[in-house]
Amino acid sequence: MSNLTSSTPKNNQDFLEIDLFNGILKQRLEELISYGITAGPDLVEIFLENVNNSSVLAEQDLITSVSPSFGKGVGIRVFLDGKDVFVSTNDLTRNGLFGSMDQALAMLGIEASTHPISKSSFLELSDVRNFGLCKNSIFEKVPKLDETTEILLRGTDLLSKKGNKVEVRRGNYSRNIQEVVVAASDGTYARDLRLYQSVGLNVLALDGEHRSSIGRRYGSSGNPRQLADWDIESSVDEICESANKMLYANYVEAGQMPAVLANRFGGVIFHEACGHLLETTQIERGTTPFIDKLDKKIAHECVTAIDEGLTNGAFGSIAMDDEGMESQRTVLIKDGILKQFISDRAGEIRTGYKRTGSGRRQSYAFPAASRMRNTYIDAGKYTPMQLIESIDKGIYCKSMGGGSVGATGQFNFSVEEGYLIENGKLTVPVKGATLIGEAKDIMPKITMCANDLDLAAGFCGSVSGNINVTVGQPHIKVESITVGGR
Amino acid sequence: MNSNHNRIATSNDVLKPAEIRDDIEFITRKLNINKWDLGASSSRDNSVQVFNGEAKQLKSSQRSSITVRVWNNKNLVGITSTSDFSQNGLSEALKTACEASFYGNKEETPEFSLLSLADIETTKPLLRKTSTIKLLFERLLQAESELLAKHKSINSVPYNGFSELDYERLYLNSLGSLRFHRNTQSSLYLYAKAQESHRKPRSGGSIKIGYGYEDINVEECIEEAANRTLSHLNYEPINTGKYLVCFSPEAFLDLMYAFSNIFNARSVLDGISLSSSKTLGSQIASSLLKVSDDSLHPANVGAIRFDGEGTPTKETVIIDNGKLISFIHSESTARRFGVNPTGHAGLGAKVSVSPEWLVVSRNNNSNSAQEDLNHLTTKSEFVLIENLNALHAGIKASQGSFSLPFDGWLVKNGERISVESATIAGDIRYLLNNIVQIESDSLDTHSGVSPHVWVNGLSVTGEK
Repeated sequence: MSNLTSSTPKNNQDFLEIDLFNGILKQRLEELISYGITAGPDLVEIFLENVNNSSVLAEQDLITSVSPSFGKGVGIRVFLDGKDVFVSTNDLTRNGLFGSMDQALAMLGIEASTHPISKSSFLELSDVRNFGLCKNSIFEKVPKLDETTEILLRGTDLLSKKGNKVEVRRGNYSRNIQEVVVAASDGTYARDLRLYQSVGLNVLALDGEHRSSIGRRYGSSGNPRQLADWDIESSVDEICESANKMLYANYVEAGQMPAVLANRFGGVIFHEACGHLLETTQIERGTTPFIDKLDKKIAHECVTAIDEGLTNGAFGSIAMDDEGMESQRTVLIKDGILKQFISDRAGEIRTGYKRTGSGRRQSYAFPAASRMRNTYIDAGKYTPMQLIESIDKGIYCKSMGGGSVGATGQFNFSVEEGYLIENGKLTVPVKGATLIGEAKDIMPKITMCANDLDLAAGFCGSVSGNINVTVGQPHIKVESITVGGR
Repeated sequence: MNSNHNRIATSNDVLKPAEIRDDIEFITRKLNINKWDLGASSSRDNSVQVFNGEAKQLKSSQRSSITVRVWNNKNLVGITSTSDFSQNGLSEALKTACEASFYGNKEETPEFSLLSLADIETTKPLLRKTSTIKLLFERLLQAESELLAKHKSINSVPYNGFSELDYERLYLNSLGSLRFHRNTQSSLYLYAKAQESHRKPRSGGSIKIGYGYEDINVEECIEEAANRTLSHLNYEPINTGKYLVCFSPEAFLDLMYAFSNIFNARSVLDGISLSSSKTLGSQIASSLLKVSDDSLHPANVGAIRFDGEGTPTKETVIIDNGKLISFIHSESTARRFGVNPTGHAGLGAKVSVSPEWLVVSRNNNSNSAQEDLNHLTTKSEFVLIENLNALHAGIKASQGSFSLPFDGWLVKNGERISVESATIAGDIRYLLNNIVQIESDSLDTHSGVSPHVWVNGLSVTGEK
């Protein structure tokens, strides 16, 4: 705090400004990096961000909130001897940025010098890798407020018409446009222009003391047409059907039982139970049971799992990560054998595992960390019905809520919509179920994977903030899992 | 400047209320905007994390943001938020807010809170001078080392952090209200992992919050983190069944915040509360229970003296003798209910309402308690819940149900055995009505104040 500027962050004379990308931005980034590198760190990295966001909420038959926002900021990270420090600011004046750089260096016990220490050299940034080159028309193509409000109100209107007992109807839309530039003293110089949109519907159905709340959210990246192409009727039909079925559901009886988890958002089990534990941030902390399991069997042989940022239009897709590295497809588990970890720059420095284009952050205010993108269990050979037919008594989890994983690998996630499986058939709906277990115990218990892989959009909160991700899987069978209920 | 602000900004403050007001008044005159308000905040913070005797991460940040709200000539409201405080940035924000106002809610328009001009009791905030990041780092490094030395089974402190925050908040409106507040805050958390041979890793932690570095009792945090971690080393699965349950103050407060829709007027009006306007005055809990919201409670280190609409914060009694006495309100919900706003509003196109600092206590008039129940001395079997986990996933607030993993112990004859991988499930209405004891000693936590609270007959699912 002592070194940060203490004036209201007016940016009439911003030193770094993405609008100068085709002008002197590169020169100014080089000047700031050159200044930092004179202190002798291993690496200096600058993350520059502009955002333009909008969200709209429709309730019942009214638009009740339209919330635009825009902003900018810079994150400066400096590495030295395996340590890193991070300073973020939205004071983009010359004084503000050089003051922030001084502060970052001071945290490492070093300072900029007119007689540079020659530990690391920096001459200039490379030619830019412009991943946003063909995306500049995004601003013109995204839906305008008139179109957005009309579509959301159509959604809530359809919920009213099709939802028998639906009392509360909500539709929401959010649109995030993020322009980022990453520059680092290893020559990295990259830009991207990103568009993320999500749209969702939620209902609360009531009948006397019976209540059910059901929601669905759909997300995309880079597709300005998402809202216009959204099949509202199909979403409304699915939500109303689920709400009506769950309205009179009984609470699930607690205990150990086999489970079939549906495709799409059922993939949250892998995301929570295993994916997080394959991030190098967990290896650094020693909080993953998979730390010494590379090339060893950690899951049933039917399980192949992938994390990638390439699927066209998926919510977790990124052309480049937030450290300027091109995205890639990372096979995490192949036929039950652990093949690779999810790594970022700091992870590579501190654990030795090569970067996988997975350095991600919510915004300039967070240093990047190893994070998932589109993460899913690959398709298997069975039909979904074959999984259900293989169980005498168990639970079918059609729709999952959120979940989390603790410091010792214990995970949990809630079942939004569940059904009992009795004698190989789906019978009555059940509510109130939570699935809990230990990551390393559950992976070998995934014994059947169906052939209907599908993905679902979600948000993941972790060390570098909330980011867009995709989870996914085909229908899978877990031989035995603890189901919390009443 | 009017007399209704609680502290005039000084040259040490980042936000400059007078400058912002001048800029906004200049721009709104140009844009022909007659009615506006704004909320601005600025924070500067330092934080450190360590691992195995080394710096894990040292961070510092400075952030400012402003939300402007305008009323158009049809009295419809639009807002925009930005981090750009330049005249161009503010002008752009106000223009965008004007555009958004065309989509303003015609059926419920927020107005200024009339209490935004009310006097606020002027007390000098306790501001601590920030220390250096080096000091935070060295003290955290020492704390990690001391915690590791507490027991041979404690093998790491994977989650830890020491931080300091200097925070400012501003509210202005075109009626002349000017509210400014600045506070400082420091926090330390230590979360240790312990493991004995051929056993699963176990963990536990502690959090301390104070006005500044010097207010943090580091030794107590280390001791608590060690004791809590070690208390989970002796663990067993628990039989699935119904149990007498004692919630720690932290756990009970977590539940009350998660189900705050019960007393949130916004949720009531939106139809997503477990209450309705008719619930006011009715018995919703055991007569033992009293719940207030008191942002100004001395234990609330982050207390702010006004809400997002400039309404002064104050104590609001919500539940007394188990009866729902009052909802918490924004300006618009208060107007709908014909009462005064209670100081719980955010600032937005649709104004949110949320509790600030819940204070749970025992109603002394009630004689229905099982007085023999005490989490330290009771010999009969019960489950003591230390922490509830994954509240974001296991709470169905609008349905009233919860199914949550927890850290805790099965206590028999005074002996505590840590519970492995279990969940507790139930309905909040059942829980509130089946409180059988609220202990007399309250604990100040980092989110509110509560004693231990006992509930009979809750479902616990274990691995047996």
